[in-house]
Amino acid sequence: MIEIRNIKKSFNGKVVLSGIDGVFKKGETNLIIGGSGTGKSVLLKCIIGLLTPDSGEVLYNDRNFYQSNKDDRQAIRREMGVLFQGGALFDSQTVAENVRFPLDMLTDMPVSEKTDRVNFCLERVGLEQAANRMPSEISGGMKKRVGIARAIVMNPMYLFCDEPNSGLDPLTAVKIDELIKEITEEYQITTVVITHDMNSVMEIGQNIMFLYQGQKLWEGNEETITQTTVPELQEFLFSNKLLRDIRKTS
Amino acid sequence: MAYVGKYFIFLGAMFSQREKMLVYWKRFLEECVNIGVKSVFIVTIVSTFIGAVSCIQTAYNLVSPLIPVSTVALIVRDMQILELAPTITCIVLAGKVGSHIAGELGTMRITEQIEALEVMGINSASYLVLPKILAAMVTFPMLVILAAFLGIWGGYMAGTITGVISARDYIYGIRDGFLPYNIFFMCVKPFVFGFLIASISSFKGYYTKGGALEVGQSSTQAVTSSCIAVLVADYLLAQLLL
Repeated sequence: MIEIRNIKKSFNGKVVLSGIDGVFKKGETNLIIGGSGTGKSVLLKCIIGLLTPDSGEVLYNDRNFYQSNKDDRQAIRREMGVLFQGGALFDSQTVAENVRFPLDMLTDMPVSEKTDRVNFCLERVGLEQAANRMPSEISGGMKKRVGIARAIVMNPMYLFCDEPNSGLDPLTAVKIDELIKEITEEYQITTVVITHDMNSVMEIGQNIMFLYQGQKLWEGNEETITQTTVPELQEFLFSNKLLRDIRKTS
Repeated sequence: MAYVGKYFIFLGAMFSQREKMLVYWKRFLEECVNIGVKSVFIVTIVSTFIGAVSCIQTAYNLVSPLIPVSTVALIVRDMQILELAPTITCIVLAGKVGSHIAGELGTMRITEQIEALEVMGINSASYLVLPKILAAMVTFPMLVILAAFLGIWGGYMAGTITGVISARDYIYGIRDGFLPYNIFFMCVKPFVFGFLIASISSFKGYYTKGGALEVGQSSTQAVTSSCIAVLVADYLLAQLLL
């Protein structure tokens, strides 16, 4: 479980996050949704330690990330897996080398064990055939799946995904969402997903937080979100014509 | 001043929280290939032609019958060893290697590859930059020795082919009044220049913000700043060591 308390962040006097609280549950896909520029990615970076919040606390199973010493913070970091928006694969390495990278850097595993683990993770995301290909030779959806394989190779307790299906066709986007949900439930990971994709919200939104202008305006799940009375969330949800039509007919 | 301070903090960050030595060794060898081996071609071309041109132009200017012809070779040798091989080669390498380093790190920054390393708990500055700096400090002196040799050889070829100096006079000239200390001075320069070029270019690339346009700007700034740093360091080294 991850708990965030009163996270505040400003850049050059401009307030981006103004006191965000929340709990991200274990074994569930926790979504942070909102329009562009609402502070979703900044909040994610504050949670994973890429940005230091101006104030507030981030607790990983009651371990305060920002009050931990350097070694404890490193230990928490090594329990995280992160899928970046563009995959963030290392261009000079093959798919298998990318997945193997955290094992090489952070563990003393025997080579055979590393190879088995890499093969297992690639099979898990359905990319065992692409192991020897370079990132430039694979599609956007495959890059995301390699990113997921790399994120789970260390058996993380926490998985963070920054817009995992941006730039993908609807079918591939759904597959990526399903994969994230399956992995979350199978390994009982605490997963946090940043998205503004309504399909993701309806597919995998077990616990949803809605951000608007740096504030948390609503929290719930995929069943309660459509009954919201928050005007900003309604506007966000029903910005799509199809959803507006469905709403009218129901 | 804040900028200079940031540069020194960046250099300091490379030595905190280091990774396993084996990791650095592999990365160091990769960078030796990228920075050193892949620069052999351009260094060969540039130094050979500079040696050839310096021989012909020196001979053109030495018209006095009181000066022996072998002096042309002596001047070519000292020009190559003291200035042309170390400084001009490193200026060329600042363009080639500097833009490569800044472009590579800048692209890694904007595609979140550096963030991916940080999130894994890896010191990205140390992992990415330290091997580049060490590789530059090791391979640049080798490239400069090669450049000096080829420059003198280029002068020999141009001088003998065009007939401005005989082979015998040239060989006599390059052996006349030779100071071994100059070779030491020639090797110190690229050692320092390698550090400056690799660290400044890495600094520019590492802190790139934005997109493809900014990566290009970082590369340009890396080359410009590296060239200026090389020229200033060249003057300071000459003052200090000669």
